[in-house]
Amino acid sequence: MAGGGDELKLVGWWASPFVQRVKLALRLKGLDYEHVEENLESKSDLLLSSNPVYRRVPVLIHNGKPICESSIIVQYIDEAFAGTGRNLLPADPHERAVARFWVAFIDDTLPKSSWGKTEEEKAEEKKKTAEVLEKLEGALKDCSKGKTFFGGDNVGYVDVMLGGFVGWVRATDAMDGVRTFDPAATPLLAAWEERFVELDVAKAVMPDVEKLIAFANAQVLQARAAAAANSS
Amino acid sequence: MAAKEDLQLLGLAVSPFAIRVRIALNLKGVSYENLEQNLMDKSELLLKSNPVHKKVPVLIHGGKPICESLVILQYVDEVWTAAPSILPAEPYNRAVARFWAGFVDDKLFPSMVGILKATTEEERAAKVSETLAAMGKLEEAFAERASGKPFFGGDSIGYVDLALGSTLIWLEAVRRMFGVAFIDAGETPLLAAWAERFREAEAANGELPDADIAVEFGRTLQARWAAASAAAN
Repeated sequence: MAGGGDELKLVGWWASPFVQRVKLALRLKGLDYEHVEENLESKSDLLLSSNPVYRRVPVLIHNGKPICESSIIVQYIDEAFAGTGRNLLPADPHERAVARFWVAFIDDTLPKSSWGKTEEEKAEEKKKTAEVLEKLEGALKDCSKGKTFFGGDNVGYVDVMLGGFVGWVRATDAMDGVRTFDPAATPLLAAWEERFVELDVAKAVMPDVEKLIAFANAQVLQARAAAAANSS
Repeated sequence: MAAKEDLQLLGLAVSPFAIRVRIALNLKGVSYENLEQNLMDKSELLLKSNPVHKKVPVLIHGGKPICESLVILQYVDEVWTAAPSILPAEPYNRAVARFWAGFVDDKLFPSMVGILKATTEEERAAKVSETLAAMGKLEEAFAERASGKPFFGGDSIGYVDLALGSTLIWLEAVRRMFGVAFIDAGETPLLAAWAERFREAEAANGELPDADIAVEFGRTLQARWAAASAAAN
């Protein structure tokens, strides 16, 4: 548990995969925190003052000091609470560099992929996503060294950063009748997903998939209504 | 003098991402083999060492490649632990340094590249505004964080200095091409003074080619983008 006198506040939003990453990291370290749910249509003074540059979630506020950007927050948690729980980043500098490389890759490619998009946009993105997943499968093979996770036997930095997306992966898989981490094309990633969702920390933080589906459907309806209004 | 390391840098004289790695290695007093790449005809070594992105810079240490400039900077700091430190020791200060280096790469630099890429005056003006706004935020960040020290990193060049300082030749190139100053004694006095110090620092001054070389490279890029766009239409 967090040492006495540590105040941790996470400014977040239930459906954000970037917020999920931070929740996973906090849980893995066994840290208590206060979750502050934002209304993204009406951002709080707390959010705007603690993240004036980007005005977005997640923001972790530790003893009054804000840390922004999910990859920076997760590394901060690992470093500020180095004595608590397991380390998320590996000890060896080259392995750390490889982990950071793949997290940068994930951040450059996955948020742009097909999740939450229209049918037309999804079809275009499909090929790109397949290439991305192929590379991640290779990464998992190299990093896991025969174990399940990028971190080996235990969840590490890359697992946390990819893991934040699993809720949305499951939601869009259900909506589209597919499996993003297809066992035929990407067997290691498929196995990774199965093991990941069974983790206590994942069960504790993953948003309800039905709720995500309902949200996505509402967004599509809203977008269609707006398009119809614009064209009439 | 440090022992000779099995260390190669695949880079480009004019790439800010490679420049920052060279300056970092200079700061650490580490010797390496500098292998200038030809991005129009990529070498086997580059393709093999960075199969995912096929980009520079790549640092190869003991035969093992490290890719992505900010990842490389952290690697250099963690392997060659003698002073000066590139990242601060304290976790919160490290997070702030990572934030602003990320801001340079995610906001400032892409906006600046957008000025080069713009095909209409409107688009260009919008990108110029974005770049100026980003510079303004960095000026504020320097005012808040540097506390009277010469660099973002304190007494010596650090992570944010490397990220921002390596873009100086390009900011100057764009000024020569389009007439807009992004670092200006009037608008951004702290950064103007900081830029002078950075350029003159021993670790940096040999690594910053004249901005005219960047101008030439910029014009080549513009021609390439225009040709690609014409081919697509």
